[in-house]
Formats: sequence, structure tokens, C-alpha cells
Amino acid sequence: MIRKISIIFILSSIAFAQSCKPDPDMDVKAEAPLAFNVPQGWPTPSYNYSNNPVNKAGFELGRKLFYDTKLSKDNTISCGSCHQQFSGFAQIDHPVSHGINDLVGNRNSPPLFNLNWHTSFMWDGGINHIENQPIAPIQNPIEMDETMANVVTKLQADATYRSMFKAAFGDETVNSQRIAKAFVQFMGMIVSSNAKYDKYKRGEAGGAFTQQELDGYNVYKQNCATCHAEPLFTDFSFRNNGLPPTSVNDSGRAHITLSAADLYKFKMPSLRNLKYTWPYMHDGRFNTIDQVLNHYASGIMQSPTLDTKLSGGIALTDQQKEDLKAFLNTLNDEEFVKNTMFQEVK
Amino acid sequence: MVSFRKFGVMRKLLIISIALVLLLACTKKPDPVSEPKSEDKGFMLMFDNYVNSDKLIYDKYYLNENKDSFKVSAFKYYISNISLKSDDGHNYIEEESYHLIDNGKDSSKIISLKGVKAGSYIQVQFLIGVDSARNVSGAQTGALDPNNAMFWDWNTGYIMAKIEGYSPQASKYPNNLALHIAGFKHPNSVLRWVTLSLPTVKYAENQKVTVHIKTNLAEWFRTPNLIKFSDLSIVASEGKEAQKIADNYADMFSIDHID
Repeated sequence: MIRKISIIFILSSIAFAQSCKPDPDMDVKAEAPLAFNVPQGWPTPSYNYSNNPVNKAGFELGRKLFYDTKLSKDNTISCGSCHQQFSGFAQIDHPVSHGINDLVGNRNSPPLFNLNWHTSFMWDGGINHIENQPIAPIQNPIEMDETMANVVTKLQADATYRSMFKAAFGDETVNSQRIAKAFVQFMGMIVSSNAKYDKYKRGEAGGAFTQQELDGYNVYKQNCATCHAEPLFTDFSFRNNGLPPTSVNDSGRAHITLSAADLYKFKMPSLRNLKYTWPYMHDGRFNTIDQVLNHYASGIMQSPTLDTKLSGGIALTDQQKEDLKAFLNTLNDEEFVKNTMFQEVK
Repeated sequence: MVSFRKFGVMRKLLIISIALVLLLACTKKPDPVSEPKSEDKGFMLMFDNYVNSDKLIYDKYYLNENKDSFKVSAFKYYISNISLKSDDGHNYIEEESYHLIDNGKDSSKIISLKGVKAGSYIQVQFLIGVDSARNVSGAQTGALDPNNAMFWDWNTGYIMAKIEGYSPQASKYPNNLALHIAGFKHPNSVLRWVTLSLPTVKYAENQKVTVHIKTNLAEWFRTPNLIKFSDLSIVASEGKEAQKIADNYADMFSIDHID
């Protein structure tokens, strides 16, 4: 379906480009058609732009919003402050990130990629739709501490934004819905699908696995694949993976569902791009993959909501650990973290 | 070839320009005197907020059923999915039926129903709150804009109804009332259907009919769950307390009169 839409979009763009010799001002629309593509072999995404057609102007507006500190109360913090591209749009070396006035919260800034496949957002899954995601950090008093109403006012007062809203949506009206839709035109387009693993699966050049990577792939399939399911390396479920609660006593998913059965459950993170996105876990407590593997081997805390698959832990031999790490390394997508399309335009 | 194509484009542009000129000429602003204003005709619902028999006025003190004294600084609620039932079975269903009634904003209290056909109407039905579909459909606008301060950004969903105010009996410092009633999913849904019988309303399309609906805020604290502000003055999450209030306010509406 998506591919069909993109094909129609591309074809119609070509038709448009050929139907007349446009003057240079008209050229903007015809050049570089932007389309959301589902990588080969991937499932149907949850968000497909059916109510928010992707276009270059919308993408550029979303990118500008993403990197604009104006979206915070004191104009110091942007989305990009805690979601940095070189870190897979997470924040490297920060168990928790610094918000406005250097306030800190309880949870690790999650990486941003392949978001159109997500069925919920945040570690507790409290947000049920990608278009509703950006407003949460903007209005959170310890993150950007701004109101969406003020954001609308600030952007309306800015001639550059007014013209960008016109280019993206047809007129200069700025409202929270358009802001949300522009955000998703950028955030949803951030797809990471060119790691060595992907090339291996597609049989492309550069995708030949070494014996150790193949062995690691098997270790993954036997021990990790149920929850960190291919090809997104998460099943988007909420699970308690046996981390002992800290003094924060973050109840996780139960904060949203108010159900004791969901205590200490968190949304399953992807195993893609681990090289760039450390530290790990919902509170960023582990800096290395070795620490994570040791947790699964011997650190699991038994509790009523512990995932049943983890009740006995996951004990791996040293060799299996090394092999698994070699495989996980094939999930790091260098093209994605260096893709200039996603960079701030200065 | 190129020049021929250019000629084609030019001709098209010319035709479009002529059409535009004609169109602009035709859409001259109607004379405000001869054209009746839309408010002068149509089928309207008018919500009048009360505390028992007194009109709700902000910052005036009232008593709840438990004789706790309180005043109100904000009273807002969503009305959605409005329909009318006629005596011959042809029903009216409002499209894009989402309205935020805000006691502080008089214009929000009148709902003009578009496209109601002539007939005898015997019942009005609506939902208190925003249906679950619009709670899971991403960014909305108009009455559903999150900037109306009726939206939870951390746990996606609309606050279906809200009272803010003050009561000396409220136990939590600084004695504020903040009842934010939200939840659209089972078992925490606070959505409640309201069905009100009308004394038969004969409506012709060029006529004006206003159904005045009385909203009694006192019902929030009365039945079936007696609310004492010393026990319950803040509701800021889904759950049992929100359910209690929703069960209470489900019958806060009544037909007052029709004119």
C-alpha cells in the first residue's frame, strides 16, 4: 500500500515535471520527491501518512522544529538536545538527560528511529500515537517546560515559519495539529535499515556475515528473538526484565494502566544501533553490553511481574557472549547516524 | 514541440484567469441586511450551567450535597456524537460532532446543528466526553486542540469534563478543587451516554428552534456517590475516583425549555 502510494507520488511528480517547462520558482515542488518507503521484508508500519502526506516542505519544517530551542520555555532546549543523531537520536553517556534549568528526570532518553512501526511511545507507552508524542516533552516541566499554546504564538510571530507552514500545508496558519504533523513528517522518515544485518538479509554487497557473526545470530535467535523480534528487534511489548527497582521506584507501565500486573514493566527497546545509544535500560543504568548480558545471566530479580521467560535468567558461555556481541555489532547502521538528511540545517 | 506545449499552458492559464474573474464577480459578499444571519434560524442546543436552581457564576460560593462550601473557577466538558430522533424514525446525526462547553465562554454554550431536516423531533442523544476513536487518532484541531487545556500529553487522552475551584473543606493544601475526569479505555472509561426526551419539537428548515439544556453541576457530588471534599478534592488520573464522578454527572443534564 505504502509502496503503491510512493510510486504514485513519484510518477505524478515526474508527470508534473514533464508536463511543462516550469520556471525556477516552480521547481521546488518537482525536485527530489520525498517518499516514505517500507524496507524490503519489513512489516506494515502503524503510521502510514494517509492523513499526512509526506512532502519536502513538511519534512524540512519538521526538521527545523526538531532542532529549534524556541520550543522550550527559555529558548535553550530543543528536541535535538537530548536526541542527537550521532547517538542514534538518543543521548550518549547520559543515564538521564538534562532538561530546562538542568533539571533531570528518571528515564533514559530513548533513541529515535523506525518510529512509524511503534504502537506506543515513551518507556511506559503512555502515548498512543506518534502525532501526540512531541507535545509531551515540550510541555513536561522538567524537559522543555513550554506550553503548546506558546509554541504556536512564537512560531506565528516568525516570518520564516509562516512561509514554511504555507509551503507545507497551503497557508500560513500555525496550529498544534500542523506542528504535530510536520514533526512526524521528519521523525517518521528517520528510518534505520542499512546496517550490515540488513544487507545480509537482502543479499547485498557488504552483507556477508563472518562465522562468528553467524554463530552470534544463532545465539540471538535462541535467547533474545522472542522479545527483540526481527526485523525491528523489538516486539513493542511491555515487560519486566528483572531490574531491581532503584530508590526512584519507577512503576513503569503501571503508571499508565494503574494495574498491579504491569508494575515495573517497560517498553521493549530495539537492539539496533546499540553502539551509539548507550547507556542502556529505561534508567540508563548499564554502560556496556557486557553489563547487560551479566544482568540477564545473574542479576535478575524475582518478582510477581517478572517476565516468565526470564525467571531462570539467560546464562551464556563466554564464547556465546562474544559471538552475540559480534552479531549485535552488525545491527549498527553507520549510514543512518551520518545521514545528512537528518542533520540540523545551520 | 516545446512552443506548442507552451501555447497549451498559456491557453489553460488564460481560461483559468477568466474563470477566476467570473467566480470573484459572482461571489460578491451578500448584503448583510437581506440575508438572515445563521443564528436567526436553525436547530440549536443551548447549554445553561447551574448549581441546583442557581445559575453557575464563577467565584460565588455554593453548597454541595454534603454541605461543603465551594466556588468554581473553571467548568468545562466535552459533548460529542449528537443525534436527534424524530417521530417518523428518520434520525439526524451531526457530522464531526465534537464540542467543548466552557462556562467561561458564552459562545461555546450554543451548538448550531447543521443540516437538520424538517420534522418532529422527540429525543436528543449525545456522549459526555470525546469518543475513544478520537483519543487514538493522533493530533486533532478545533474543539479537540490540546491547547484547550483538556488533554493529557503524558497518557494520551482527553479530559472529558473538568471542575476547578476552591473549598475550605478540601483537605489538600491549598484547599483547591481540581477534578479532571478522564479515561476512554475499559475499565476506566468515563464516557457516558445521555438520552433526553423532548416534548415534541416541530421543526421547519427556515425556522429557529433552541433546545435549552440545563446542566446541573451539583450532580457531580450527589448520586449515586456522595462526594465529601475532605475525602476527594483532586482527581488527576484515571480510575475509581474518576468513575465515581462520571457515574454522578451522567444525569446532570435535563431539558429546561424550548423556544
